[in-house]
Amino acid sequence: MATAHVDIHAHAHTHDAHGHGHDEHHDHHEQSFLEKYIFSQDHKVIAKQFLITGLLWAFIGGGMSGLFRLQLGFPDADLSILKPLLGGWLTDKGKIDQEFYLALVTMHGTIMVFFVLTAGLSGTFSNFLIPLQVGARDMASGFLNMLSYWFFFISSVLMFTSIFISTGPASGGWVIYPPLSALPQAMSGSGTGMTLWLLSMAIFIVSSLLGSINYITTVINLRTIGMSFTKMPLTIWAFFITAVIGVLSFPVLFSAALLLLFDRHFGTSFYLSEIYIGGEALSNVGGSPVLFQHLFWFLGHPEVYIVLLPALGMTSEIIATNSRKPIFGYKAMIGSMLGIAFLSFIVWAHHMFMSGMNPFLGSVFMFLTLIIAVPSAVKAFNYITTLWRGNIVFTPAMLFSIGLVSLFISGGVTGIHLGNSALDIQLHDTYFVVAHFHLVMGAASFFGMMAGVYHWFPKMFGRMMDEKMGYIHFWVTFVGVYLVFFPMHYIGIAGFPRRYYSWTNFDAFNIPAFVDLNMFISIAAFLTLAGQLVFGFNFFYSMFRGRLAPANPWNSNTLEWTTPRFPGHGNWEGDIPTVYRWPYDYSKPGSKTDFIPQHIPLSQTPESNNEHDEHDLKLEKELV
Amino acid sequence: MATTTNAPVLGQHRTIWDGGTEPLKASYGKLMMWFFLLSDTFSFAGLLITYGMIRYSHSSFGEYLAATGKPETTPFSFSIDYWPVPEQVFDAIPFFEVHLPLVFVGIMTFILIVSSVTMVLAVEAGHRMDKADVQKWMLWTILGGMAFLGCQAWEWSHFIHGKGAIGTLMPDGNLFLGANLVQNQYGPPLFADLFFFITGFHGTHVTSGVILNMLIFYNTTMGVYERTGHYEMVEKIGLYWHFVDLVWVFVFTFFYLI
Repeated sequence: MATAHVDIHAHAHTHDAHGHGHDEHHDHHEQSFLEKYIFSQDHKVIAKQFLITGLLWAFIGGGMSGLFRLQLGFPDADLSILKPLLGGWLTDKGKIDQEFYLALVTMHGTIMVFFVLTAGLSGTFSNFLIPLQVGARDMASGFLNMLSYWFFFISSVLMFTSIFISTGPASGGWVIYPPLSALPQAMSGSGTGMTLWLLSMAIFIVSSLLGSINYITTVINLRTIGMSFTKMPLTIWAFFITAVIGVLSFPVLFSAALLLLFDRHFGTSFYLSEIYIGGEALSNVGGSPVLFQHLFWFLGHPEVYIVLLPALGMTSEIIATNSRKPIFGYKAMIGSMLGIAFLSFIVWAHHMFMSGMNPFLGSVFMFLTLIIAVPSAVKAFNYITTLWRGNIVFTPAMLFSIGLVSLFISGGVTGIHLGNSALDIQLHDTYFVVAHFHLVMGAASFFGMMAGVYHWFPKMFGRMMDEKMGYIHFWVTFVGVYLVFFPMHYIGIAGFPRRYYSWTNFDAFNIPAFVDLNMFISIAAFLTLAGQLVFGFNFFYSMFRGRLAPANPWNSNTLEWTTPRFPGHGNWEGDIPTVYRWPYDYSKPGSKTDFIPQHIPLSQTPESNNEHDEHDLKLEKELV
Repeated sequence: MATTTNAPVLGQHRTIWDGGTEPLKASYGKLMMWFFLLSDTFSFAGLLITYGMIRYSHSSFGEYLAATGKPETTPFSFSIDYWPVPEQVFDAIPFFEVHLPLVFVGIMTFILIVSSVTMVLAVEAGHRMDKADVQKWMLWTILGGMAFLGCQAWEWSHFIHGKGAIGTLMPDGNLFLGANLVQNQYGPPLFADLFFFITGFHGTHVTSGVILNMLIFYNTTMGVYERTGHYEMVEKIGLYWHFVDLVWVFVFTFFYLI
């Protein structure tokens, strides 16, 4: 490894410093299929690997939600038709097995949060965009970057395997609280499935760490000439801050998971104390399950922002580009992201108001939690003011970005309710929470991911995605998401608890209005899921048959559009462009075009320069 | 480094943050090591916070005496009812049957700190491109790391085999001598759980550090860094070694002093 390090480094810098015309990899030897597509060290290929793996997981995770919505919307239905798919997980009466229902909910959460919206979103776009937008030939270490994907792959294989074992995958909820998850005899899903879950997550954390330190280092060290931090696109800022959050929060989950493994397999009592199970007293004394909750949520809450910030960053970029206007409040956007990142580390216990924690501590965490509304509102208003009186181009990516803003606001507002430790007594662990986080974090981040795919597909594959299918996909998803999650608020306020297999035994929940509402949600969910097939087809079809992409399809300012249609390993055929201006010179007064890319020197655009450009004009002379 | 040869010309307006340069004056490899260590700090912090939380949910010997109304002068003995006093647990040294509280762990700590010093000397020799000196100091560092691991092995084995002849009364009514992950003679089972887990986690770090040091020593001997023109790899692994040393200071403080 030592030598590999040095080689890559020397290589990367030969390019940076002297800007040789060609990519040496191609000159020296033709890459084999294995080097080019499988064990590739090219950040663009690795990004596509993350994306395709993430999309496969999204279809699996989404499909699971379809299955449990069947149970929730139609508790009496006979599902024998699904026998070929579910086999022994269906009861004799054709209903989903209760243990399997819990496993479905658990795996849906785990897959969506970690494999789709962390690896599939941040893994894809951080990898793809950081080198292209900061002007680098590749990531700081292509080798570690490759390892990052393959650790994710191993982690995926382990998790996927756990779905097929006879005792089923982990089923204690994606938060895997002990003692349920710590005692294999507690439920079948706490057996081998849970062990595989923990191993898979430990490996996932290694993958995430390797990725994150690479992203951070690349942003700090490999920016092209002129690309100061205040000239970076907000996408890069978002990926950078996300990576920092990941580096600091994931290791705590790593420790927590190791301790849990010891409790499960080696008889320790870190999270266990005075438990009776099946009428038998366990010997474990002195541990604390609340300790696990603290450790878990120290990752768990920052994880929300690991998922969301990349989506917000890409949205900033897409909304500014397609509004043909500079982003409103560039520095306020950076400041609010830094604020959110800082606050994300000191609010975790708002997930634990009902865990028996000291109520005074609850008020402290409530106070800190509600402060997050401030930077979040800054971002929401900045998006809206960017759109205000813009010359809006409604590309599918733009629609998904605007959709994100809408979901971010609707879901964010209910965050104020849930952050309140008194209101949480009523709302905790109900469908209100499910509605809240699916809107603000799940759907919003998913919309950001889709926006990113539609926007950067031409750069990824050199071809355009079909716009009409994109519009259909957007409207079905946008309307669908609201139809699914808006009614859930009412169900939650009515007290329906999360994670329950069925409510038919409770008189309070047997009111026809709620039964119908649940049925309605399920139907909306099926339609929304079906709408994703349009995307799936569009994605894979366009990859091979799409119209060839023009050099800069969205008339965008950022550096990635200065590369060839099919960029090789090394990204630019000639020198890496130097950067002279910020990335948001859209519709600049006096300019002949409505966009001026970052690599155009100010000295070439005297007609549009204004008093704010004086410093950069002087700087330009020193950059050569 | 290759990078320092093409340092950009900074001007009146161009700063080190304006791209095309390494603003923190550190190569990407060194930065990565720093961020990895930052991350690892949080894993250890998670474990030490776990220690703190569990430690303070158990009563100390003093609190136990006060709660049961026993006189303060009662001599300390091992019991599963209260957290043990570390000086009473870790008071042995090899070959001698004497009561020397914390002397052995003090020696261990000293060895590890000295190995950090020899690592600094290896890095310094690397800056001078003095291959022989790098080899010499790396060898001392490796020896220091191995000596520390040896001491830890002895301490673990002593801890596992137990102290005295009788043992401590367990909840099931039997006497137990020594310690494992399920029960221990020194106090509540979690005392041993945490001891094994945290010192074990640290020991794993030291072990991988020793292996990395050996690789560096091998590469130095084979002249790899001489050919590359710099000994930066020694510096990077040095950072890791100092980190492992620093973490030990915290582990030592938590387990043995508090």
